[in-house]
Amino acid sequence: MRKFSWSLVLVLLAGLVFSACAAPVAAPAGGEVAATAPGAETAGGDAAGGDAAAPLRIAIIMPSSITDVAWSQSMYTGLKAVQAEMGGEAAMQISYTENMFNVADAATAIRDYAVDGNDIVIAHGTQYGNAMFDVAVEFPETTFAWGTAIDTGADKGLSNVFAYEAQAQEGGYVNGVIAALMGDSDTIGVVGPVEAGDAKLYIDGFVEGVKATKPDMQVNVSYTGSFGDTALAAEAANTHIKAGAKVLTGSAQQVVGAIGVAAENGVYWLGTQSDQSPLAPEWVVANQLYDWTGVIKDMIAKREAGAVGGAAYSLTLNDGLVIQFNDQAPVPAEVKAAAEKAIEDIKSGVITPLK
Amino acid sequence: MSDEFLTLATLIGIAHSGVRLATPYLYAALGEMFGQRSGVLNLGVEGVMLMGAFTAYYAVYLGGDPWLGVLAALATGALMGLLMAVISVTMQAEQGISGIGLTLFGLGLSSLLLKVLVGAPVSVKGFSVWEIPGLSAIPVIGPIFFDHNVLVYLAYLLAPASIYVLNRTTFGLKIRAVGQNPEAADSLGVRVNAVRYATVILGSSLAGLAGASLSIGLLSIFQENITNGIGFIAVALVYFGSWRPLGVLAGALLFSTINAFQLWMQVLGAPIPSDLAVMLPYILTIVVLAVGVKQIRQPAALTKPYERGE
Amino acid sequence: MQRFFRSPRLLEIALPLAAVFIAFAIGGVLLWLLGANPLEAYWVLISGAFGNLNGLTSTLIKMTPLLLVALGICISFRGGVINIGGEGQIMMGALAATAFALWLRDLPGWLLLPLTLLIGAVAGGIWGAIAGILKARLNVNEILSTVMLNAIALQLMNFLLRGPMLDPAQIAAGTNVAQSETLPKSVWLLRLAPPTLLHSGVILALILAVLVYFLLWRTTIGYRIRTVGLNPSAARYAGMPAPFYIALSLTLAGAFAGLAGAVEVTGVQHRMLEGLSGGYGFSGIVAALFGKLHPLGAIPASFLFGGLLVGADKMQRAVQVPSALITAINGLVVMFVVASEVYVRRARRRAGREAAEASLKIEPNVHSVQTTAP
Repeated sequence: MRKFSWSLVLVLLAGLVFSACAAPVAAPAGGEVAATAPGAETAGGDAAGGDAAAPLRIAIIMPSSITDVAWSQSMYTGLKAVQAEMGGEAAMQISYTENMFNVADAATAIRDYAVDGNDIVIAHGTQYGNAMFDVAVEFPETTFAWGTAIDTGADKGLSNVFAYEAQAQEGGYVNGVIAALMGDSDTIGVVGPVEAGDAKLYIDGFVEGVKATKPDMQVNVSYTGSFGDTALAAEAANTHIKAGAKVLTGSAQQVVGAIGVAAENGVYWLGTQSDQSPLAPEWVVANQLYDWTGVIKDMIAKREAGAVGGAAYSLTLNDGLVIQFNDQAPVPAEVKAAAEKAIEDIKSGVITPLK
Repeated sequence: MSDEFLTLATLIGIAHSGVRLATPYLYAALGEMFGQRSGVLNLGVEGVMLMGAFTAYYAVYLGGDPWLGVLAALATGALMGLLMAVISVTMQAEQGISGIGLTLFGLGLSSLLLKVLVGAPVSVKGFSVWEIPGLSAIPVIGPIFFDHNVLVYLAYLLAPASIYVLNRTTFGLKIRAVGQNPEAADSLGVRVNAVRYATVILGSSLAGLAGASLSIGLLSIFQENITNGIGFIAVALVYFGSWRPLGVLAGALLFSTINAFQLWMQVLGAPIPSDLAVMLPYILTIVVLAVGVKQIRQPAALTKPYERGE
Repeated sequence: MQRFFRSPRLLEIALPLAAVFIAFAIGGVLLWLLGANPLEAYWVLISGAFGNLNGLTSTLIKMTPLLLVALGICISFRGGVINIGGEGQIMMGALAATAFALWLRDLPGWLLLPLTLLIGAVAGGIWGAIAGILKARLNVNEILSTVMLNAIALQLMNFLLRGPMLDPAQIAAGTNVAQSETLPKSVWLLRLAPPTLLHSGVILALILAVLVYFLLWRTTIGYRIRTVGLNPSAARYAGMPAPFYIALSLTLAGAFAGLAGAVEVTGVQHRMLEGLSGGYGFSGIVAALFGKLHPLGAIPASFLFGGLLVGADKMQRAVQVPSALITAINGLVVMFVVASEVYVRRARRRAGREAAEASLKIEPNVHSVQTTAP
């Protein structure tokens, strides 16, 4: 009986394992799969066998997964884009640690990456700040970057830290303008995660954009109390729709559920942080994208010029924040025009959201 | 805002949301109830749900019919249940901890499979809402109960089915006997561990289906840790329901309806901090159980492995 | 010789190791499928957790909250209650400790630090006591109440961290990230091996492990908690108020988890922030059961389990596989190790029988063979 149960366990797990390995052949999607596996090989094996010009090595610690369709994915996508532009693995290597919701673990990761000789270590979460500053003191040659933040540690005597943030309210405002003009009802719904940080900035900006466009518009805001409660976010979307909303928005990785509900009910969605169009190609009207490539490239350029840190970056519509319309969704020309005008007004300072 | 809060439309909306939200809890908790009635606590429901949710999603993602997704979820759940049964029944492992292991395993494997097989999640065409002809036209009742996807209806049919199985079949009798007094059941010729294997595998299949009711029912997508604690709440609801299907049904509906209520309050702009509103269902579930429900003793052999002749 | 191989002592060490090995072997197949070299990966795991100062201190840092939570779990499981509310209790302890230290920040450190830790333990204890009293008085099952209390604590934390306890610097910067102000330096736990984050909390945890051992096996209270856990009706016959001891064991479990939260705040983070509980509420249960629900057994168990978690993170970085794989392997380790215990139990029983038979032949007074039944 004992032998029997052990063999059962093994057979069962073997079954699961083989279903895992057999499937990639059958899977139609290739891009992301291919992107992970070769990366793994090079990072593990070939890293040390440096060519004549050693590649730039960037390491990043993220609070959620690289496929969260939100905050973490936005930075990972940016790194990948810069890598491709610089000439792939030979020119730049990326190492990442994802799902680091525990700050003590992140602290270990930051130190490991610094010890390991990475050129740039990105701590992609405000919560990592203290831990990163501790390590940054010891590795003055290494560039550190963190966000959402504006503190480069100058008051601590540090010159090797970059800080970055996103003025999420700017794109939020523009999304609000679009939302106000898209729906043929007088109600808009917002599916928020936790009433703090980046999400709050975006949502407050969004509400302001709606109200500036159509002051009588009713904007209902709800929060699920979690970044990852996909089911409750979906039900929140349902509730907004029942309450009359014809346009929805929301933020954090939980929104994948809400976007599905929007598509199912034929309701428009406005995305933020990452490109959410693939989730509902006909209903995601526009996304506010966090395009970090400019920030990353500037950090690399500064570093090559001898400044290992010291600058604070802010993504704005002038630089880094992009409002991307989804071509598959039918967006009337006058809506696009109004959005463009809002973008121009914010860029030129005529409008300053949340001021 | 507040003057229009308690309109009929709002109340129907709350009830409608509550009925739908209860779906995954119902599948998972009713399944867990079978295991517990036979004496096995499976704390791994969360992990099983995640695997079920992923395989159902993946089957549909590859172009399969949603019903194929349901089959995939049931099969995956059964496999995970077999694993749990081998460890908890045959090898008599401490049930609380093996369940935590199963949760970790399911959480990790489902996220890994998503990354390797799909990459960034994309939405699929799962079950759509199917208004039951005739019934959905009934005022008030219709929009609340008969305006959902088919997995929601099945979840509610599962409650009477569970009552029947538990109380009217030999299998049900065996389950109850094994959970109350395994020695006596054994002496009467009931194969204690076989019954427990059956209940754990059945329960896990239903947990897998609970996952499917999210990924191809309510959400049409899979994302890492999509269940976000639903599995643990489901285990708690079994205790709420005192191991009776109707009690579990009542618990799931109570929890979900309050959750729907707090969402509506937020949407309609009630002046309550959102975090405190989100707490409501958790607090009220405890309060209702503490003061409002007459409780029954748990199955005597719950969490106790059985070994013959010892 | 054969005796030796079948001796329960040896099996007690060998079997869990074998279980870990099998889990790693399965994980190795997955690693290989992902294009990584399993041998290299596992070498990194072991050397990363125990092989150098940075790894070893990380393991000790991880061990500290695990051990504290595990001590509480030892008490509550011995008392017959399953406490899965560690997460919420950690959060409440950390929140209360943070609020207290910020409120009385001008007190001298020698006074403020012990009080802060105490407040953390008290807050966690209260959170545990709610579940305890609900069970003792109103027969509310502790699994239900602790699951719900975890969710409630999480929302309470969200509420406090974005409102009343939000860092003024975050408000000034307009970023509003949910975290508290930095604690006054006077309550920071001593750093034992700078520049690493290793702090004196680990010593506190070790001392408490010994104290819990004395509590459980050398005091009347401990004896009663264990009796109530083993056999509630017998305890009632002996005149012990079982409900009281059930509530007490959940309160103590909560207090240890709350202390773990306070230690994390004062030792590692120096402020309260989201994600602080870090799953320790659940990992602590695993550590406690690996340590056979014995406070002293929990020490090596939480050290090794902490090392596994630290090493697994390093492995993820070194061979660059998704963190999900690590989670899955950890799950396998947990399942297989608990499953392996059945063989230890059987061997112990067999040895017990053989010893009893042997001693019957030699001398009449039989030594009773103790089996630790969780």
